[in-house]
Amino acid sequence: MGDNIVTESFSETHRAAATPIVIVGHVDHGKSTLIGRLLYDTDSLQDGKLAQIVESSRKRGLAVEWSFLLDSLQIERDQGVTVDSTRIPFRLGSREFVIVDAPGHRQFLRNMITGAADAEAAVLVVDAKEGAQEQTRRHAMLLRLIGIRHVIVLLNKSDILGFDEAQIVKVESDVRQLLGRLEIEVEAVVPASARDGDNIASRSERSLWYKGPTLVEALANVPPPASRAALPFRMPVQDVYRFDGIRYVAGRIERGTVRAGDRLSIGAQGQVATVAEVCRWHAPERPVAGAGESIALRLEPDLVPDRGDLLFPADDKAAAPERSARIRTRLFWLRGEPLRVGESFTLRLATAEHDVTVASIDAVVDLEDLTLREGDSVPPDGFAEITLAASHTVLFDPFSPGFGDGRGVLVDRYQRIVGGAPLIGPAELADGEHAIHPTASRVSAARQVQARGHKSGVFWLTGLPGSGKSTVARAAELALSEQAINATVLDGDTLRAGLCSDLGFSPEDRHENIRRAAHVAKILAESGQVVIVALVSPLEADRALARQILGENFHEVFVDTPLETCEKRDPKGLYAAARAGKIPEFTGISAPYEAPVSPELRLPADRPEQEAINTLTAFILRIVQP
Amino acid sequence: MTQTRILSRDQSTTGLAQPRIMDDLDQLEAQSIFILREAYRKLKPLSLLWSLGKDSNVMVWLARKAFMGHVPFPVMHVDTEKKFPEMYAFRDEYTKKWNLDLLLGYCPPVEEIDPSLPPAARSAARKTAGLAAMIDKHKFRGVIAGIRRDEQATRAKERVFSPRGAGHRWDVRNQPPEFWDQYATPYEDGMHIRVHPLLAWREIDIWRYIEREGIPLVDLYFAKDGKRYRSLGDQDITNPIESNASTVAEVIAELETSRTSERAGRAMDHESEDVFERLRVAGYL
Repeated sequence: MGDNIVTESFSETHRAAATPIVIVGHVDHGKSTLIGRLLYDTDSLQDGKLAQIVESSRKRGLAVEWSFLLDSLQIERDQGVTVDSTRIPFRLGSREFVIVDAPGHRQFLRNMITGAADAEAAVLVVDAKEGAQEQTRRHAMLLRLIGIRHVIVLLNKSDILGFDEAQIVKVESDVRQLLGRLEIEVEAVVPASARDGDNIASRSERSLWYKGPTLVEALANVPPPASRAALPFRMPVQDVYRFDGIRYVAGRIERGTVRAGDRLSIGAQGQVATVAEVCRWHAPERPVAGAGESIALRLEPDLVPDRGDLLFPADDKAAAPERSARIRTRLFWLRGEPLRVGESFTLRLATAEHDVTVASIDAVVDLEDLTLREGDSVPPDGFAEITLAASHTVLFDPFSPGFGDGRGVLVDRYQRIVGGAPLIGPAELADGEHAIHPTASRVSAARQVQARGHKSGVFWLTGLPGSGKSTVARAAELALSEQAINATVLDGDTLRAGLCSDLGFSPEDRHENIRRAAHVAKILAESGQVVIVALVSPLEADRALARQILGENFHEVFVDTPLETCEKRDPKGLYAAARAGKIPEFTGISAPYEAPVSPELRLPADRPEQEAINTLTAFILRIVQP
Repeated sequence: MTQTRILSRDQSTTGLAQPRIMDDLDQLEAQSIFILREAYRKLKPLSLLWSLGKDSNVMVWLARKAFMGHVPFPVMHVDTEKKFPEMYAFRDEYTKKWNLDLLLGYCPPVEEIDPSLPPAARSAARKTAGLAAMIDKHKFRGVIAGIRRDEQATRAKERVFSPRGAGHRWDVRNQPPEFWDQYATPYEDGMHIRVHPLLAWREIDIWRYIEREGIPLVDLYFAKDGKRYRSLGDQDITNPIESNASTVAEVIAELETSRTSERAGRAMDHESEDVFERLRVAGYL
């Protein structure tokens, strides 16, 4: 179909694709300097580039700084750090490499992942004198989680130790032990000085005792990527087209091969079709395609699979993927707030999207010693093992370094990528555990905003009994409705009349009261609603629980009316009763009230009530108006 | 270990053709097709920027590969009205031959552009303004552009799917993570995604692919009287280089020994250290 092609030009000498190498390591251990040096030593600089470095260094009154080569963005030079990953091609003999530079500052973890995720090998730069540091451990952990198989350690600045064998052997053994704990196989540990060029491209005169490879030799020894062609066929459906009256099922083959005549299973439903034709445009006709190719298939019968359906060999149980609605995964967590059990996400797996909820956090990695510990949350930039519960059965292949299988990515309802989740395998249910599979809304936050005309939020009013929480909340509810914003008020007495009528006022019951209120508020907020909670919520710990449940939707408002004023007002006669000993554990009298330390909004009592109402309404509007 | 199980094939299938071992161009092509298909699926309405240069011709070609000979979205030419006459002739010829749905956009006069920019950059920024107007007019959620990492250091920082916020600005300090072929999608009204299917290609890959596929180009890329254009911008801010390469094969041979950068002939790149970043943050390609 289409144009004629000249087949001879397709059969020229085979050139392998460039091998991506990522350079990682702790800040100031010398990554950028190493890259500049590598490019210079392997003669990979364009003429203009070297002149640029010399000129930039001269302008700043410095000796030639190799790292300027990378610091091509103005902002980086001003701050003196590399902000984002970048890629630079270089060549060793006939082999092409692409260097990915990744920044060492921990807040830029996501940029490092962006650069490193597709690398075939990594150079972990460790300052020989300082040894492994926090980011060394963090980056090493990440190399493991993103599945980089070949790791070369460069002990940089070895000149500071005078290339002393005893000291360097000690650092080497420490680093090997650390990487061993992560089951990372180390290809070589090279004592070097990037600044002076020792053991980078040429063997150093200063380390005659060292018999291992130079960095360039170690890179040249990195084997080419393993072939995925011999594995069972997998193609996630990317899209289905109809052109010129023909239906095409388009996708990229993740592994294995496919031939005209093959029988394929489609997704979890288990429909079966035969490949009628392997289609390409303007390419030599071949009835077969292998891993890595982006192709289109014609199926017989002419079924219409969904995007995300996995195509795999039919009639061969051994070649089928795993299937489970509960999956154990590793996790690197990229969101600014911690991850907690019960949060819902979209799990993107190749082209598929699944609704998942975090069923459990099974272990959290301690970055001090890289051990697994128990934990109930995963901190920003943290690592963990978790269990995801999906709303339906998911077909998948477990993650394996060097392959594209099982590379899950978590996306939140604001469409942000918040974590990487290499799949370990189906999760077994513990004895007596009941499998729950919560579902999440498919309406995106953006769509809700569009439909309602405003964003959601939970405004949590805390204060002593009689401080005026409910009054202010109800007045704000009314004022908001005049601006076409529907707000729901959850106030303490109303909740205790119904949902929480089984609860008393013991600390445990108060805690449960708050837990329930927070969950109700969460459900409402997730449907796009504005929620005003008016609860005494006296303890910092209880409000922390609410904040934990509600995440970034939680906005703390302190109705700061002093005890004397509340007691003077005493609208429900409660203070009088408490003073008379008729109400045990009454907040402010016989139970503590812990005022918030840094509420987002404080409503002082020394102002007219209408002012408090206006202030709260304006505060809510500022947050929920798009 | 299920993931490393080898599928045994019985004897009767061994006579069948084996899949081709992919070389570097095959891999780049497959990845670009994957990216174009993601864009078409996820970003609607979508368009492709066709500057008439070699890279955007390769991009149109790759779109035809992805969609079985079709380009199922409009291609957009944002015209500075200062291009070479050969480029306009090329545009008209291949719009017909490739059955393209061509959208034309025009650029405001230079007087309306930020006067604090150096002269050539100010001239180049006209295109940014013209492009912004087109995106607003058609409410595009996705715009496919043919930039490459190896062209310019600021472009090396780009994502394959690069979100542009309000006012089309590129927030270079706050780019989303992008890994394992999972790309950003628009999350707010008024934003769009710049899609860069050629980000991983190098100049020499483009030329080798042009040779392999027989992709047509404007003649200006080939030497006449000892000069040719290596990169094509507006007539008044693009300079030819000294060269005798008059065929695709000769250009490839020349590049294999060349050590000057591709955009050496683009005046605006040399005006000041940060000018290209300033242009790009504001929406330049």
